[in-house]
Amino acid sequence: MHRIYLDNQSGTRLDARVLQLILPFFDQQYGNAQSMHTLGQQAKDAMEKARVQVADLIGARNEEMYFTATASEANNLAVKGIAQAYQAKGKHIIVSAIEHFSVLNCGKRLGQAGFDVTYLPVDKDGLISPEDLKKALRPDTTLVSIQLANSEIGTVQPIAELSVIAREKGVIFHTDAVYAAGFMDIDVNQLGVNALTLSGNQFYGPKGAAALFLKKGVRITPQTDGGVQEAGRRAGTENIPAIVGFGAACELVKKEMPQFLPEIIRLRDRLIKELPEKIEYVYLNGHPLKRTPHNANFSIEFIEGEAMMLFLDQEGIYVSSGSACANKALKLSHVLTAIDVDAAVGQGSLSLTLSKYNNDNCIDSLLEHLPPTVERLRQMSPLFAHFQKTGKRQVAGPGTDYKHQHEHEEQEEH
Amino acid sequence: MPFYSDKVMDHFQHPRNVGEIKDADGIGEVGNPVCGDLMTFNIKVKDERLEDVKFKTFGCGAAIAVSSMVSEMAKGKTLDEAMQITNASVAKELGGLPPNKMHCSNLGADALHKAIEDYKSRQVKK
Repeated sequence: MHRIYLDNQSGTRLDARVLQLILPFFDQQYGNAQSMHTLGQQAKDAMEKARVQVADLIGARNEEMYFTATASEANNLAVKGIAQAYQAKGKHIIVSAIEHFSVLNCGKRLGQAGFDVTYLPVDKDGLISPEDLKKALRPDTTLVSIQLANSEIGTVQPIAELSVIAREKGVIFHTDAVYAAGFMDIDVNQLGVNALTLSGNQFYGPKGAAALFLKKGVRITPQTDGGVQEAGRRAGTENIPAIVGFGAACELVKKEMPQFLPEIIRLRDRLIKELPEKIEYVYLNGHPLKRTPHNANFSIEFIEGEAMMLFLDQEGIYVSSGSACANKALKLSHVLTAIDVDAAVGQGSLSLTLSKYNNDNCIDSLLEHLPPTVERLRQMSPLFAHFQKTGKRQVAGPGTDYKHQHEHEEQEEH
Repeated sequence: MPFYSDKVMDHFQHPRNVGEIKDADGIGEVGNPVCGDLMTFNIKVKDERLEDVKFKTFGCGAAIAVSSMVSEMAKGKTLDEAMQITNASVAKELGGLPPNKMHCSNLGADALHKAIEDYKSRQVKK
Protein backbone atom coordinates (compact mmCIF):
# COMPACT_ATOMS: atom_id res chain seq x y z
CA MET A 1 0.00 0.00 0.00
CA HIS A 2 1.15 3.56 -0.63
CA ARG A 3 2.23 5.68 2.31
CA ILE A 4 1.18 9.29 2.38
CA TYR A 5 2.85 11.02 5.27
CA LEU A 6 1.28 14.36 6.16
CA ASP A 7 2.45 14.42 9.78
CA ASN A 8 5.81 16.08 9.27
CA GLN A 9 5.56 18.22 12.37
CA SER A 10 5.99 14.97 14.30
CA GLY A 11 9.28 14.38 12.49
CA THR A 12 10.40 14.02 8.88
CA ARG A 13 11.72 11.20 6.77
CA LEU A 14 15.51 10.95 6.87
CA ASP A 15 17.25 12.11 3.69
CA ALA A 16 18.92 9.07 2.06
CA ARG A 17 22.16 11.03 1.59
CA VAL A 18 22.24 11.82 5.31
CA LEU A 19 21.72 8.16 6.13
CA GLN A 20 24.74 7.16 4.02
CA LEU A 21 26.87 9.78 5.73
CA ILE A 22 26.09 8.69 9.26
CA LEU A 23 26.37 4.92 8.86
CA PRO A 24 30.21 4.76 9.19
CA PHE A 25 29.96 6.50 12.56
CA PHE A 26 28.26 3.44 14.05
CA ASP A 27 30.84 0.79 13.17
CA GLN A 28 33.91 2.44 11.60
CA GLN A 29 34.50 5.80 13.29
CA TYR A 30 32.95 4.79 16.57
CA GLY A 31 35.30 6.67 18.87
CA ASN A 32 34.21 8.80 21.81
CA ALA A 33 34.75 12.44 20.91
CA GLN A 34 36.44 13.01 24.29
CA SER A 35 39.12 10.36 23.69
CA MET A 36 42.58 11.59 22.76
CA HIS A 37 43.42 8.76 20.37
CA THR A 38 42.90 8.84 16.61
CA LEU A 39 39.41 7.30 16.66
CA GLY A 40 38.34 9.80 19.30
CA GLN A 41 39.74 12.73 17.36
CA GLN A 42 37.98 11.56 14.18
CA ALA A 43 34.70 11.64 16.06
CA LYS A 44 35.50 15.07 17.49
CA ASP A 45 36.40 16.46 14.05
CA ALA A 46 33.13 15.15 12.63
CA MET A 47 31.20 16.72 15.49
CA GLU A 48 32.92 20.08 15.10
CA LYS A 49 32.21 20.05 11.38
CA ALA A 50 28.55 19.47 12.21
CA ARG A 51 28.63 22.35 14.69
CA VAL A 52 29.74 24.70 11.91
CA GLN A 53 27.02 23.36 9.60
CA VAL A 54 24.32 23.89 12.23
CA ALA A 55 25.60 27.38 13.10
CA ASP A 56 25.65 28.31 9.40
CA LEU A 57 21.97 27.51 8.99
CA ILE A 58 20.97 30.16 11.52
CA GLY A 59 23.74 32.74 11.09
CA ALA A 60 25.38 31.89 14.41
CA ARG A 61 29.00 31.21 15.37
CA ASN A 62 29.97 27.60 15.93
CA GLU A 63 31.16 28.27 19.49
CA GLU A 64 27.62 29.47 20.30
CA MET A 65 26.02 26.11 19.42
CA TYR A 66 25.40 23.44 22.06
CA PHE A 67 24.26 19.96 21.08
CA THR A 68 21.55 18.15 22.99
CA ALA A 69 19.71 14.89 22.31
CA THR A 70 16.31 16.42 21.65
CA ALA A 71 14.64 19.78 21.20
CA SER A 72 12.79 19.21 24.47
CA GLU A 73 16.14 18.93 26.22
CA ALA A 74 17.39 22.11 24.54
CA ASN A 75 14.23 23.98 25.60
CA ASN A 76 14.64 22.71 29.17
CA LEU A 77 18.25 23.85 29.18
CA ALA A 78 17.29 27.28 27.84
CA VAL A 79 14.27 28.02 30.00
CA LYS A 80 15.29 26.47 33.29
CA GLY A 81 19.00 27.08 32.76
CA ILE A 82 18.65 30.81 32.04
CA ALA A 83 15.97 31.39 34.70
CA GLN A 84 18.17 29.73 37.32
CA ALA A 85 21.38 31.47 36.23
CA TYR A 86 19.77 34.90 36.60
CA GLN A 87 17.63 34.30 39.66
CA ALA A 88 19.69 36.72 41.75
CA LYS A 89 18.43 39.44 39.39
CA GLY A 90 14.82 38.33 39.44
CA LYS A 91 12.47 35.36 39.40
CA HIS A 92 9.95 36.30 36.74
CA ILE A 93 9.79 34.79 33.26
CA ILE A 94 7.36 35.19 30.36
CA VAL A 95 6.32 32.46 27.91
CA SER A 96 3.45 32.27 25.44
CA ALA A 97 0.33 30.20 26.06
CA ILE A 98 0.91 28.17 22.89
CA GLU A 99 4.48 27.02 23.52
CA HIS A 100 5.47 23.39 23.17
CA PHE A 101 5.08 21.41 26.40
CA SER A 102 8.86 21.36 26.84
CA VAL A 103 8.63 25.13 27.47
CA LEU A 104 5.22 25.23 29.19
CA ASN A 105 6.10 22.49 31.65
CA CYS A 106 9.43 24.16 32.44
CA GLY A 107 7.32 27.15 33.39
CA LYS A 108 5.22 24.94 35.62
CA ARG A 109 8.30 23.44 37.25
CA LEU A 110 9.86 26.87 37.81
CA GLY A 111 6.55 28.04 39.26
CA GLN A 112 6.77 25.26 41.85
CA ALA A 113 10.29 26.41 42.66
CA GLY A 114 9.16 29.93 43.53
CA PHE A 115 9.42 31.62 40.15
CA ASP A 116 6.64 33.76 38.78
CA VAL A 117 5.56 32.83 35.25
CA THR A 118 3.41 34.93 32.92
CA TYR A 119 1.67 33.08 30.09
CA LEU A 120 1.05 35.54 27.26
CA PRO A 121 -2.27 35.04 25.47
CA VAL A 122 -2.59 34.96 21.69
CA ASP A 123 -5.30 36.32 19.38
CA LYS A 124 -7.64 34.13 17.30
CA ASP A 125 -4.92 33.69 14.67
CA GLY A 126 -2.39 32.66 17.28
CA LEU A 127 -0.37 35.89 17.29
CA ILE A 128 1.26 37.48 20.34
CA SER A 129 0.68 41.19 20.69
CA PRO A 130 3.86 43.28 21.24
CA GLU A 131 1.79 45.49 23.51
CA ASP A 132 0.97 42.52 25.75
CA LEU A 133 4.66 41.68 26.01
CA LYS A 134 5.51 45.29 26.91
CA LYS A 135 2.91 45.24 29.68
CA ALA A 136 4.06 41.90 31.02
CA LEU A 137 7.70 42.92 31.48
CA ARG A 138 8.67 43.72 35.06
CA PRO A 139 11.87 44.85 36.76
CA ASP A 140 12.42 41.27 37.94
CA THR A 141 11.83 39.67 34.51
CA THR A 142 14.89 37.77 33.32
CA LEU A 143 13.68 35.70 30.38
CA VAL A 144 11.11 35.74 27.58
CA SER A 145 10.56 32.53 25.63
CA ILE A 146 8.30 32.73 22.57
CA GLN A 147 8.28 30.22 19.75
CA LEU A 148 9.11 31.28 16.20
CA ALA A 149 6.33 29.12 14.73
CA ASN A 150 3.60 26.95 16.19
CA SER A 151 3.73 23.26 15.36
CA GLU A 152 -0.02 22.78 15.36
CA ILE A 153 -1.48 25.82 13.60
CA GLY A 154 1.68 27.10 11.87
CA THR A 155 1.38 30.73 13.00
CA VAL A 156 4.70 32.61 12.76
CA GLN A 157 5.39 35.17 15.49
CA PRO A 158 6.98 38.59 14.86
CA ILE A 159 10.07 37.58 16.83
CA ALA A 160 12.30 40.48 15.69
CA GLU A 161 9.67 42.95 16.87
CA LEU A 162 9.17 41.12 20.18
CA SER A 163 12.86 40.62 20.94
CA VAL A 164 13.55 44.36 20.66
CA ILE A 165 11.04 44.99 23.43
CA ALA A 166 12.82 42.53 25.71
CA ARG A 167 16.28 43.78 24.76
CA GLU A 168 15.40 47.39 25.63
CA LYS A 169 14.71 46.18 29.17
CA GLY A 170 17.81 44.01 29.30
CA VAL A 171 15.75 40.81 29.30
CA ILE A 172 17.07 37.65 27.62
CA PHE A 173 14.99 36.34 24.71
CA HIS A 174 14.78 32.65 23.75
CA THR A 175 12.84 31.34 20.77
CA ASP A 176 11.87 27.74 20.05
CA ALA A 177 12.48 27.59 16.29
CA VAL A 178 12.05 23.83 16.00
CA TYR A 179 9.01 24.02 13.79
CA ALA A 180 10.35 26.80 11.55
CA ALA A 181 13.91 25.59 10.92
CA GLY A 182 14.29 23.97 7.52
CA PHE A 183 11.16 25.69 6.23
CA MET A 184 12.04 29.37 6.71
CA ASP A 185 15.22 31.42 6.55
CA ILE A 186 16.45 31.92 10.09
CA ASP A 187 19.12 34.37 11.18
CA VAL A 188 19.70 34.82 14.90
CA ASN A 189 20.99 38.37 14.37
CA GLN A 190 17.98 39.45 12.36
CA LEU A 191 15.70 37.85 14.94
CA GLY A 192 17.64 39.56 17.70
CA VAL A 193 17.45 36.55 20.02
CA ASN A 194 19.91 35.45 22.70
CA ALA A 195 18.94 31.79 22.52
CA LEU A 196 17.26 29.55 19.94
CA THR A 197 16.31 25.88 19.77
CA LEU A 198 16.34 23.76 16.61
CA SER A 199 16.19 20.04 15.83
CA GLY A 200 17.46 18.08 12.83
CA ASN A 201 14.64 15.56 12.80
CA GLN A 202 12.28 18.33 11.66
CA PHE A 203 14.11 18.71 8.36
CA TYR A 204 15.33 15.31 7.14
CA GLY A 205 17.98 14.65 9.79
CA PRO A 206 17.96 11.72 12.23
CA LYS A 207 16.24 11.66 15.61
CA GLY A 208 18.61 12.09 18.53
CA ALA A 209 20.29 15.42 17.83
CA ALA A 210 19.12 18.96 18.48
CA ALA A 211 20.88 22.17 19.45
CA LEU A 212 20.63 25.28 21.52
CA PHE A 213 22.12 28.48 20.19
CA LEU A 214 23.30 30.53 23.14
CA LYS A 215 24.73 33.94 22.38
CA LYS A 216 28.15 34.57 23.82
CA GLY A 217 27.87 36.13 27.25
CA VAL A 218 24.50 34.61 28.22
CA ARG A 219 24.88 32.63 31.41
CA ILE A 220 23.17 29.29 31.87
CA THR A 221 22.88 26.70 34.62
CA PRO A 222 23.51 23.19 33.23
CA GLN A 223 20.61 20.79 33.61
CA THR A 224 22.80 17.71 33.20
CA ASP A 225 25.85 17.63 35.42
CA GLY A 226 28.81 15.46 34.53
CA GLY A 227 31.84 15.80 32.32
CA VAL A 228 33.27 18.53 30.15
CA GLN A 229 31.21 17.95 27.02
CA GLU A 230 29.64 20.97 25.32
CA ALA A 231 31.87 23.34 27.29
CA GLY A 232 30.43 22.01 30.56
CA ARG A 233 26.90 23.09 29.68
CA ARG A 234 25.57 19.67 28.72
CA ALA A 235 27.39 16.62 30.01
CA GLY A 236 27.15 13.18 28.43
CA THR A 237 28.80 11.24 25.61
CA GLU A 238 27.97 12.92 22.34
CA ASN A 239 25.73 11.02 19.91
CA ILE A 240 28.10 11.35 16.98
CA PRO A 241 26.05 9.61 14.24
CA ALA A 242 22.99 11.76 15.04
CA ILE A 243 25.06 14.95 15.34
CA VAL A 244 26.81 14.26 12.02
CA GLY A 245 23.42 13.67 10.42
CA PHE A 246 22.03 16.84 11.98
CA GLY A 247 24.92 18.86 10.55
CA ALA A 248 24.56 17.33 7.10
CA ALA A 249 20.80 17.97 7.15
CA CYS A 250 21.45 21.64 7.99
CA GLU A 251 23.88 22.04 5.11
CA LEU A 252 21.55 20.32 2.64
CA VAL A 253 18.46 22.21 3.68
CA LYS A 254 20.26 25.55 3.53
CA LYS A 255 21.41 24.80 -0.02
CA GLU A 256 18.19 23.21 -1.27
CA MET A 257 15.45 25.19 0.46
CA PRO A 258 15.11 27.67 -2.43
CA GLN A 259 14.39 24.74 -4.74
CA PHE A 260 11.79 22.82 -2.77
CA LEU A 261 10.09 25.54 -0.74
CA PRO A 262 7.96 26.99 -3.57
CA GLU A 263 6.62 23.50 -4.24
CA ILE A 264 5.74 22.94 -0.56
CA ILE A 265 3.97 26.30 -0.47
CA ARG A 266 2.05 25.43 -3.63
CA LEU A 267 0.89 22.11 -2.13
CA ARG A 268 -0.10 23.77 1.15
CA ASP A 269 -2.10 26.39 -0.74
CA ARG A 270 -3.85 23.62 -2.65
CA LEU A 271 -4.96 22.14 0.68
CA ILE A 272 -6.12 25.48 2.04
CA LYS A 273 -8.06 26.26 -1.12
CA GLU A 274 -9.40 22.87 -2.18
CA LEU A 275 -10.27 21.18 1.09
CA PRO A 276 -13.02 23.68 1.98
CA GLU A 277 -14.35 23.37 -1.58
CA LYS A 278 -14.86 19.64 -1.08
CA ILE A 279 -16.15 19.65 2.49
CA GLU A 280 -18.72 21.94 4.09
CA TYR A 281 -18.31 23.47 7.56
CA VAL A 282 -14.51 23.48 7.50
CA TYR A 283 -12.49 26.24 9.17
CA LEU A 284 -8.79 27.04 8.78
CA ASN A 285 -6.91 27.48 12.05
CA GLY A 286 -3.90 29.77 12.41
CA HIS A 287 -3.02 32.98 10.63
CA PRO A 288 -4.08 32.95 6.95
CA LEU A 289 -0.78 34.47 5.77
CA LYS A 290 1.71 34.49 8.64
CA ARG A 291 2.10 30.72 8.74
CA THR A 292 4.86 28.26 7.96
CA PRO A 293 5.06 27.00 4.37
CA HIS A 294 4.23 23.43 5.36
CA ASN A 295 1.22 23.80 7.67
CA ALA A 296 -2.49 23.49 6.98
CA ASN A 297 -4.71 23.02 10.04
CA PHE A 298 -8.48 22.73 9.95
CA SER A 299 -11.43 22.18 12.23
CA ILE A 300 -13.98 19.96 10.53
CA GLU A 301 -17.28 20.46 12.29
CA PHE A 302 -19.64 17.77 13.67
CA ILE A 303 -17.03 15.01 13.76
CA GLU A 304 -14.15 13.97 15.96
CA GLY A 305 -10.51 14.01 14.88
CA GLU A 306 -9.28 10.64 16.11
CA ALA A 307 -12.00 8.79 14.20
CA MET A 308 -11.06 10.75 11.07
CA MET A 309 -7.39 9.94 11.60
CA LEU A 310 -8.13 6.21 12.00
CA PHE A 311 -10.12 6.05 8.77
CA LEU A 312 -7.36 7.86 6.87
CA ASP A 313 -4.82 5.52 8.46
CA GLN A 314 -6.66 2.60 6.87
CA GLU A 315 -6.04 4.28 3.50
CA GLY A 316 -2.34 4.72 4.21
CA ILE A 317 -2.69 8.44 4.87
CA TYR A 318 -0.99 9.61 8.06
CA VAL A 319 -2.18 12.80 9.73
CA SER A 320 -2.65 14.12 13.26
CA SER A 321 -5.37 15.80 15.30
CA GLY A 322 -5.56 18.07 18.32
CA SER A 323 -8.88 16.61 19.49
CA ALA A 324 -9.34 15.51 23.07
CA CYS A 325 -9.46 11.85 22.08
CA ALA A 326 -6.34 12.06 19.93
CA ASN A 327 -4.61 13.98 22.69
CA LYS A 328 -2.93 11.86 25.35
CA ALA A 329 -4.08 14.41 27.93
CA LEU A 330 -7.76 13.84 26.88
CA LYS A 331 -8.25 17.56 26.56
CA LEU A 332 -8.62 19.68 23.45
CA SER A 333 -5.12 20.88 22.52
CA HIS A 334 -3.94 23.89 24.48
CA VAL A 335 -3.21 25.68 21.20
CA LEU A 336 -6.78 25.39 19.87
CA THR A 337 -8.06 26.40 23.30
CA ALA A 338 -5.76 29.46 23.31
CA ILE A 339 -7.01 30.66 19.91
CA ASP A 340 -10.56 30.28 21.20
CA VAL A 341 -11.73 27.53 18.88
CA ASP A 342 -15.14 26.30 20.08
CA ALA A 343 -14.48 23.24 22.21
CA ALA A 344 -16.92 21.07 20.23
CA VAL A 345 -15.79 22.30 16.81
CA GLY A 346 -12.14 21.83 17.76
CA GLN A 347 -12.78 18.12 18.29
CA GLY A 348 -12.74 17.84 14.50
CA SER A 349 -9.21 19.18 14.29
CA LEU A 350 -7.04 17.93 11.45
CA SER A 351 -3.38 18.84 11.18
CA LEU A 352 -1.67 18.41 7.82
CA THR A 353 2.05 19.14 7.60
CA LEU A 354 4.17 18.75 4.49
CA SER A 355 7.78 18.06 3.61
CA LYS A 356 9.90 18.01 0.46
CA TYR A 357 8.81 14.39 -0.03
CA ASN A 358 5.16 15.27 -0.63
CA ASN A 359 3.79 15.88 -4.11
CA ASP A 360 0.49 16.45 -5.91
CA ASN A 361 -0.38 12.77 -5.63
CA CYS A 362 -0.39 13.06 -1.83
CA ILE A 363 -2.75 16.01 -1.95
CA ASP A 364 -4.97 14.33 -4.56
CA SER A 365 -5.20 11.19 -2.45
CA LEU A 366 -6.12 13.11 0.70
CA LEU A 367 -8.70 15.16 -1.19
CA GLU A 368 -10.13 11.93 -2.58
CA HIS A 369 -10.34 10.02 0.70
CA LEU A 370 -11.15 12.74 3.22
CA PRO A 371 -14.59 13.86 1.95
CA PRO A 372 -16.16 10.36 2.10
CA THR A 373 -14.55 9.82 5.52
CA VAL A 374 -16.07 13.05 6.81
CA GLU A 375 -19.41 12.18 5.24
CA ARG A 376 -19.39 8.74 6.82
CA LEU A 377 -18.65 10.14 10.27
CA ARG A 378 -21.23 12.91 9.88
CA GLN A 379 -23.87 10.32 9.02
CA MET A 380 -23.08 8.74 12.40
CA SER A 381 -22.94 12.05 14.27
CA PRO A 382 -25.85 13.13 16.49
CA LEU A 383 -24.50 16.69 16.32
CA PHE A 384 -24.81 16.72 12.55
CA ALA A 385 -28.29 15.14 12.67
CA HIS A 386 -29.39 17.83 15.08
CA PHE A 387 -27.90 20.55 12.88
CA GLN A 388 -29.60 19.20 9.77
CA LYS A 389 -32.97 19.03 11.50
CA THR A 390 -32.92 22.35 13.27
CA GLY A 391 -30.16 24.43 11.65
CA LYS A 392 -28.83 24.86 15.19
CA ARG A 393 -25.50 23.78 16.49
CA GLN A 394 -26.39 23.10 20.08
CA VAL A 395 -27.45 19.63 21.02
CA ALA A 396 -30.54 19.12 23.12
CA GLY A 397 -32.34 15.89 23.68
CA PRO A 398 -33.77 13.75 26.43
CA GLY A 399 -31.24 12.97 29.07
CA THR A 400 -28.55 15.19 27.64
CA ASP A 401 -26.09 16.76 29.99
CA TYR A 402 -24.57 18.77 27.22
CA LYS A 403 -26.61 21.89 27.89
CA HIS A 404 -25.37 22.18 31.44
CA GLN A 405 -21.73 21.48 30.79
CA HIS A 406 -21.32 23.39 27.56
CA GLU A 407 -20.56 26.86 28.81
CA HIS A 408 -19.69 28.44 25.48
CA GLU A 409 -22.22 30.53 23.65
CA GLU A 410 -23.81 28.83 20.73
CA GLN A 411 -21.63 29.36 17.70
CA GLU A 412 -22.90 31.64 15.00
CA GLU A 413 -22.61 30.60 11.37
CA HIS A 414 -19.03 31.17 10.31
CA MET B 1 0.93 -3.48 18.50
CA PRO B 2 -1.97 -1.53 17.02
CA PHE B 3 -3.67 0.97 19.29
CA TYR B 4 -7.05 -0.82 19.15
CA SER B 5 -7.98 -4.52 19.11
CA ASP B 6 -9.19 -6.12 15.85
CA LYS B 7 -12.70 -6.28 17.24
CA VAL B 8 -12.74 -2.58 18.05
CA MET B 9 -11.47 -1.77 14.57
CA ASP B 10 -14.10 -4.04 13.02
CA HIS B 11 -16.94 -2.33 14.87
CA PHE B 12 -15.41 1.11 14.19
CA GLN B 13 -15.08 0.50 10.48
CA HIS B 14 -18.34 -1.39 10.08
CA PRO B 15 -20.58 -0.07 12.82
CA ARG B 16 -23.86 -1.98 13.28
CA ASN B 17 -27.22 -0.28 13.78
CA VAL B 18 -26.26 3.30 12.99
CA GLY B 19 -29.21 5.64 12.72
CA GLU B 20 -32.33 6.89 14.41
CA ILE B 21 -35.77 5.33 14.84
CA LYS B 22 -38.56 7.49 13.48
CA ASP B 23 -41.09 6.98 16.29
CA ALA B 24 -38.70 5.74 18.95
CA ASP B 25 -40.17 4.50 22.24
CA GLY B 26 -37.17 5.80 24.17
CA ILE B 27 -34.17 8.04 23.57
CA GLY B 28 -31.05 8.25 25.69
CA GLU B 29 -28.05 10.48 25.33
CA VAL B 30 -24.80 10.68 27.30
CA GLY B 31 -21.55 12.50 26.95
CA ASN B 32 -20.54 15.92 25.89
CA PRO B 33 -18.91 17.04 22.66
CA VAL B 34 -16.60 19.28 24.66
CA CYS B 35 -14.99 16.15 26.10
CA GLY B 36 -15.02 14.56 22.69
CA ASP B 37 -17.80 11.98 22.91
CA LEU B 38 -21.58 12.13 22.58
CA MET B 39 -23.80 9.07 22.13
CA THR B 40 -27.51 8.96 21.32
CA PHE B 41 -29.50 5.71 21.49
CA ASN B 42 -33.00 5.18 20.06
CA ILE B 43 -34.99 2.10 21.04
CA LYS B 44 -38.17 0.41 19.86
CA VAL B 45 -39.83 -1.78 22.48
CA LYS B 46 -42.31 -4.60 21.90
CA ASP B 47 -43.57 -6.89 24.69
CA GLU B 48 -40.86 -5.59 27.04
CA ARG B 49 -38.20 -6.57 24.51
CA LEU B 50 -35.79 -4.36 22.54
CA GLU B 51 -37.17 -4.91 19.07
CA ASP B 52 -34.78 -2.36 17.57
CA VAL B 53 -31.79 -0.37 18.77
CA LYS B 54 -30.12 2.40 16.78
CA PHE B 55 -27.39 4.83 17.69
CA LYS B 56 -25.60 7.94 16.54
CA THR B 57 -22.24 8.80 18.01
CA PHE B 58 -19.91 11.76 17.82
CA GLY B 59 -16.55 10.58 19.06
CA CYS B 60 -13.36 8.67 18.65
CA GLY B 61 -12.84 5.16 17.32
CA ALA B 62 -13.50 3.61 20.72
CA ALA B 63 -16.73 5.56 21.22
CA ILE B 64 -18.10 4.42 17.86
CA ALA B 65 -17.06 0.79 18.42
CA VAL B 66 -18.58 0.79 21.92
CA SER B 67 -21.90 2.15 20.61
CA SER B 68 -22.00 -0.45 17.86
CA MET B 69 -21.23 -3.28 20.28
CA VAL B 70 -23.88 -2.12 22.77
CA SER B 71 -26.50 -2.00 20.03
CA GLU B 72 -25.60 -5.53 18.97
CA MET B 73 -25.61 -6.88 22.53
CA ALA B 74 -28.93 -5.22 23.38
CA LYS B 75 -31.00 -6.01 20.34
CA GLY B 76 -33.60 -8.72 21.05
CA LYS B 77 -32.96 -8.67 24.80
CA THR B 78 -35.67 -8.01 27.38
CA LEU B 79 -35.48 -4.63 29.11
CA ASP B 80 -34.30 -6.30 32.31
CA GLU B 81 -31.58 -8.19 30.47
CA ALA B 82 -30.49 -5.03 28.67
CA MET B 83 -30.18 -3.22 32.00
CA GLN B 84 -27.61 -5.86 32.99
CA ILE B 85 -25.25 -4.76 30.20
CA THR B 86 -22.46 -2.74 31.79
CA ASN B 87 -19.72 -0.56 30.38
CA ALA B 88 -17.26 -3.16 31.62
CA SER B 89 -19.00 -6.04 29.87
CA VAL B 90 -19.04 -4.05 26.63
CA ALA B 91 -15.32 -3.39 26.88
CA LYS B 92 -14.77 -7.08 27.52
CA GLU B 93 -16.79 -8.08 24.46
CA LEU B 94 -14.65 -5.72 22.39
CA GLY B 95 -11.48 -7.52 23.47
CA GLY B 96 -10.50 -4.67 25.76
CA LEU B 97 -9.98 -0.94 25.33
CA PRO B 98 -6.85 1.15 25.87
CA PRO B 99 -6.77 2.33 29.52
CA ASN B 100 -7.31 6.01 28.67
CA LYS B 101 -10.43 5.07 26.70
CA MET B 102 -12.12 3.13 29.49
CA HIS B 103 -13.58 6.20 31.11
CA CYS B 104 -14.71 8.73 28.52
CA SER B 105 -15.46 6.65 25.45
CA ASN B 106 -17.00 3.71 27.22
CA LEU B 107 -20.43 5.20 27.91
CA GLY B 108 -22.55 3.15 25.53
CA ALA B 109 -24.30 1.08 28.20
CA ASP B 110 -25.18 4.27 30.09
CA ALA B 111 -26.79 5.73 26.96
CA LEU B 112 -28.78 2.54 26.41
CA HIS B 113 -29.96 2.51 30.03
CA LYS B 114 -31.05 6.13 29.70
CA ALA B 115 -33.10 5.21 26.63
CA ILE B 116 -34.78 2.41 28.59
CA GLU B 117 -35.49 4.76 31.50
CA ASP B 118 -36.94 7.26 29.04
CA TYR B 119 -39.22 4.51 27.70
CA LYS B 120 -40.34 3.59 31.21
CA SER B 121 -41.08 7.18 32.21
CA ARG B 122 -43.18 7.57 29.07
CA GLN B 123 -45.17 4.46 30.08
CA VAL B 124 -45.88 5.99 33.51
CA LYS B 125 -47.18 9.15 31.86
CA LYS B 126 -49.50 7.11 29.66
